[in-house]
Amino acid sequence: MTPNIKLSCRNVWKLYGADPDRFLRSNPAPSTDDIRKAGIIGAVRNASIDIAEGEIFVIMGLSGSGKSTLVRCLSRLIEPTGGEVLFDGVDLLSASDAEMIEIRRHKLGMVFQHFALLPHLTVLQNVVFPLTVQAAQKNEALTKAREVVDLVGLRGREDYYPRELSGGQQQRVGIARSLVAEPDLWFLDEPFSALDPLIRREMQDEFLSLQARLHKTIVFITHDFDEAVRLADRIAIMKDGEIIQIATPEELVVNPATDYVEEFTRHIPRSKVLTAGGLMTRGGSGSGEPVPQSARISDIAERIIVADSPVPVTDIDGQIVGSIDRLAVAKVLFGEGAGE
Amino acid sequence: MMIDNRNQLALICTLIVVTILLGQYGRDLSKALDARWLIKFPSAWLIPFKTYISTAMKWLVEEAAIGPLSFTDVTRAIAWLIEQPYQFVLSLLAEGFSVGQGKEASTVLPAISWIAVTAAVIALGQYCRDWALAALVGACFLYLAIFGQWDSAMVTLASVLIAVPIGAGGGLLVGIWAYRHPLGERVLSPVLDLMQTIPIFAYLVPILFMFGFGPVSALVATIIYATPPMVRVTILALKSVDPELVDFGRMVGSTPRQLMWRVLVPSASHSLMVGVNQVIMLTLNMVIIASMIGAGGLGFDVLAALRRLDIGAGLEAGIAIVVLAIAVDRLSQAFAERMGQVHHSKQDASWASRHRRTVLVLVLLSATWLLGRFSPLFLEYPETQTITTGDFWDNTVKYLNVNYFDTFEAIKVFFLHYFLLPIKKTLLGIPWPWAIAMLTLLGWRAGGIRLALLCGALSGLIVVTGLWAKAMVTVYLCGASVILATLIGVPLGVLAALNKRAGVAIGVFIDTLQTLPSFVYLIPVVMLFRVGDFTALIAIVLYALAPAVRYAAHGIRNVSEDLIEAGIVSGCTPRQLLRLVRLPLALPEILLGINQTIMLALSMLVITALVGTRDLGQEVYIALTKADTGRGLVAGLAIAFIAIIADRLVNAGARKARIRYGLES
Repeated sequence: MTPNIKLSCRNVWKLYGADPDRFLRSNPAPSTDDIRKAGIIGAVRNASIDIAEGEIFVIMGLSGSGKSTLVRCLSRLIEPTGGEVLFDGVDLLSASDAEMIEIRRHKLGMVFQHFALLPHLTVLQNVVFPLTVQAAQKNEALTKAREVVDLVGLRGREDYYPRELSGGQQQRVGIARSLVAEPDLWFLDEPFSALDPLIRREMQDEFLSLQARLHKTIVFITHDFDEAVRLADRIAIMKDGEIIQIATPEELVVNPATDYVEEFTRHIPRSKVLTAGGLMTRGGSGSGEPVPQSARISDIAERIIVADSPVPVTDIDGQIVGSIDRLAVAKVLFGEGAGE
Repeated sequence: MMIDNRNQLALICTLIVVTILLGQYGRDLSKALDARWLIKFPSAWLIPFKTYISTAMKWLVEEAAIGPLSFTDVTRAIAWLIEQPYQFVLSLLAEGFSVGQGKEASTVLPAISWIAVTAAVIALGQYCRDWALAALVGACFLYLAIFGQWDSAMVTLASVLIAVPIGAGGGLLVGIWAYRHPLGERVLSPVLDLMQTIPIFAYLVPILFMFGFGPVSALVATIIYATPPMVRVTILALKSVDPELVDFGRMVGSTPRQLMWRVLVPSASHSLMVGVNQVIMLTLNMVIIASMIGAGGLGFDVLAALRRLDIGAGLEAGIAIVVLAIAVDRLSQAFAERMGQVHHSKQDASWASRHRRTVLVLVLLSATWLLGRFSPLFLEYPETQTITTGDFWDNTVKYLNVNYFDTFEAIKVFFLHYFLLPIKKTLLGIPWPWAIAMLTLLGWRAGGIRLALLCGALSGLIVVTGLWAKAMVTVYLCGASVILATLIGVPLGVLAALNKRAGVAIGVFIDTLQTLPSFVYLIPVVMLFRVGDFTALIAIVLYALAPAVRYAAHGIRNVSEDLIEAGIVSGCTPRQLLRLVRLPLALPEILLGINQTIMLALSMLVITALVGTRDLGQEVYIALTKADTGRGLVAGLAIAFIAIIADRLVNAGARKARIRYGLES
C-alpha cells in the first residue's frame, strides 16, 4: 500500500541576485560553479520532496542551509524561481492570488519560531484571528477557538495578552492558532528553537501526543538533530540550499549519505534511533513477550538484557518476523557510536 | 574625510588658506583684474526662474482647467472640505453655534464652558496615565483661563484638532502607499527631503494664492508642514514589523487589505504614535507662522505683539502656546504609552460604570450649558479675575536696558567685530567660481562623483538665480550660529553623558528649549539687543542647540563598554579616556547632531528675517508680504539647496568616520 502523497515538490529552485529568472531559464540545471560565476545566491537548489499524508516530515539544517526558504517556497510565502509544488495534486505555483488565499484559509496552518502573536490581541482573539479573517460566524468561531485553547492547555488564560505569558505558553497560543482553522497541512518553522531546553522537551512530548490525536500532515523545520530524530518519521537534511539525504532517522544513522550527515549522527545515541526491526535476526525465533518491530532500542533494552533468551519481534499485524538478542542490544548500547 | 598621506594634508591646508585669502582680497583682486563678474554674477547671465514660476502660478490660478472643472474649483472644494469640520470644532470650543447673520444672530448653543474643557483634559490625563498627569494638564488649562488666554487658546486648539487628524491620517495613507509600492519610497524620498528643507514661508505664498487669506490657508500650510515626518515614520514602522508577523498574516489567508489593517498597522501602532506626536508638535510649531496667512488664536497674538514690540503681551501669548503644547504633547505621549500596555476591562459591568470619566464630563458639560443660561460665570472665565504679567516683563526689560545697556552693547559689539563680520566679509569675498569648485571638490572627496555633481549643480543653480550674495549671507549667519551652537552644545552633551546629575539638569534645559515655538526666542532677544544680525545669531543658537547636545550625549553614552574597560585597563586617565576613546568613537554621532543643528538653523533663519537680517530668509519674507510666488519659491528653494548640500556633505563625512571605525561596512 503506497501512502497518499499530500505535498510534493519537484526541482524547486530559489535563487537571489540579478534577474535569477532569466538565469534559470537559460540554464535549467545550473551547477554550483555556474551559480557562483553568475553572482547569484542559491538559497534552495533543486529540491524534490514527497510528503505522505499523516507523516511528520522534518527538514533539518544549520542556519543558512535554506530550510526556512524551502518551507516558505512550499507555502508560497516566497515565490520559487523554478520548479513545481503540488498540494493534493494541485499546482500551488499556478494558483491565482484569490485561490491561494482560499487554500491558506482552509488547508494550511503555520507555527513560527518567534511565535508571531499579534501584540494588541488577547490569547483568545489571537487564536480566533484566522477565523476572523475568513469572516466566519462569530459565535461558532469563538467556540472553536476555546476548544483549541483547551487542547493546548491554556484554559483560563483566554484574556491574557501575549506579553503576559511565558515563551512556552506563547508558543502554545501559536500552535492553537495554527490549528483553529483545521488545516490539512501543518507547517512548523523551528517552533521550539526559541524556548529553553526543559520547556522544549516538554513541548516536543506534547506535540507528539497532539499529533497522535490529530494525524495532520506535518512539515517541521529544525536546526536541532536531536529534535529531528525525536519527532520525525522522515528527515531531509539540507546543506547550502541542497537536500543531501532524505531518510528515516534509523537509515540516517545506519547509512549516512555523506560525511556531513555522519557528523550529525555521530553524537546521537544509537539506542534512541535504532529499532528492534532494524536489529533483529530475520526469521529467528525467541521466547517471552514479543516486542514490536518499531520499538526503539532504548525503550526495550532493559527487558532484552535481562532476558535469558532472544526475544521475538512482531510486525504491525502482530506476526512474529524475527528475534533480537542481548548481544545485538549490548553492541548498540556500549559499542562504537553509543554516544555521549 | 580620510587623509591618506602628508601630501594630501598639505594640499587641503593650502586650499583652505587660498580660500580664506581669496575671501579677504577677492574684491581687490577682481578690481585689479577688471573682472567684476568674479564677485558679482553678471545679470545678463541670470535665468529668471522667479518670473517663470510667477507666470505659471498665475496661469494655474486663473486659467488652468480640465474641461469645465477649473483648478480654482478644485482648490475651493478642498477648502470647503476642510472648513466644515474646522468651523464645527471652532464653534464647539470658541464661538458657539448661532443662527442668523450680523445683528440678528442669536446663539443657539454657546461654546463648551472652560470648566467642562478643563475637566475633560483632567479626565483624559487620568485615563492615559495617572493623577499626576491629570494635575499637570489641568494646571496647564487653568493657566490659560487665569491668564486670560482662553479664547485665543481654544481657537488654536481647534486648528490643532483639525490639522492633526488630517496630517496624521494623510501621512499614514501616503506612508502605506509608499510601503506597498517598491517605487513609492524612491519617488517619495526626495520629495519629502525637499518638503522638509524648504522653509515654510516659501510655500505660504502659493497657498495664499490658491486658498486665499484665512484659517483654511493656515490649516493647509500647517498640514503640509506637519505631514512629512508622519510619512517617514509610517514607512519605517511598517518596515520594522517582524517579518514573521507578515508571513503569519499571509499564511492565514489575509487579503492585502486585511494584512495591512489587521496585522501590520496594529503591530506598528506604538511606533506610529511617535509619528502622531511629531505631527502634533510640528502643528503647534506652525501656530505663529500660520497666523501670517490668516490663522487667529495665540499665534496671531504673538505676531501682533511682536510687530508692536510689546514684549509683555507677546511673551504671555508665547508662553500660552508653550503651555498648550506641553499639555497636548504629554497627553499624546501618555496615550501612546497606554496603547502599548495591557489593560483588562471588566467585561460584565454596564457601559456607564465602565466609562465613569466620560459620564462625569458629559454631566458637567450639560450642567454648565444649563447653568450658563443664568450666569455667564459657568461659560466663560470672568475677565476681572484674570492676571497679567505683561507689566512685569515690560518693567524687567526696561530695568535691564536702563541699567545694563552698556554691557549688552559691549557684548554685541565684541561679537560683531571679532566673530560675525570677519566671517561675513570672507564669505562674500570668495569669487563664486572658486566657491563652486571647492564645493564640488569637497563633494568628490566625501562621497564620490555623484555627490560632487550634486554639490556643483545645486550651487550653480543658486548662482544663476542671482541669489549668490544673499545665499552667502545665509551661509554666514547659519555657519556662525552652528559654530557657536557646536562650541556650546557638544561640551554640554559630553558633560550630560558623563555626569548623571548634570545630565538631568541639561535634559530639562534642552527639553524646555525644544518645546518653545521658534518665535518666542526672538522676543526677549530683540528687547535686549534690538534688531540685527547678533539678535538673529542668539535666537538661532538657542533654537538649534538641542540636537548638538542630544547627539553628542547619545554618542558618548553609546561607546561600547568593552572599549572603555580596555582603555581603563591600559591605564588611561579619565581625561585621556575621553580624548582617546570616547570622543573619536562618538564622532559620527556628533557629526549627525551638527547636521541636525544646521537644518534647524536654516529653518530658523527665515523667522529671524523678522528682525532684519539681509539673507535668503529676508527674500522669502519680502515675497510673502508682496505675495510674489516666484520670488518666494526661488529663495525658498535656494535655502533648500544649501540645506541639501550641507546635509549630504556632513552625512557622507559621518559615514566615512563610521566606516573608518568599523561601525559600518
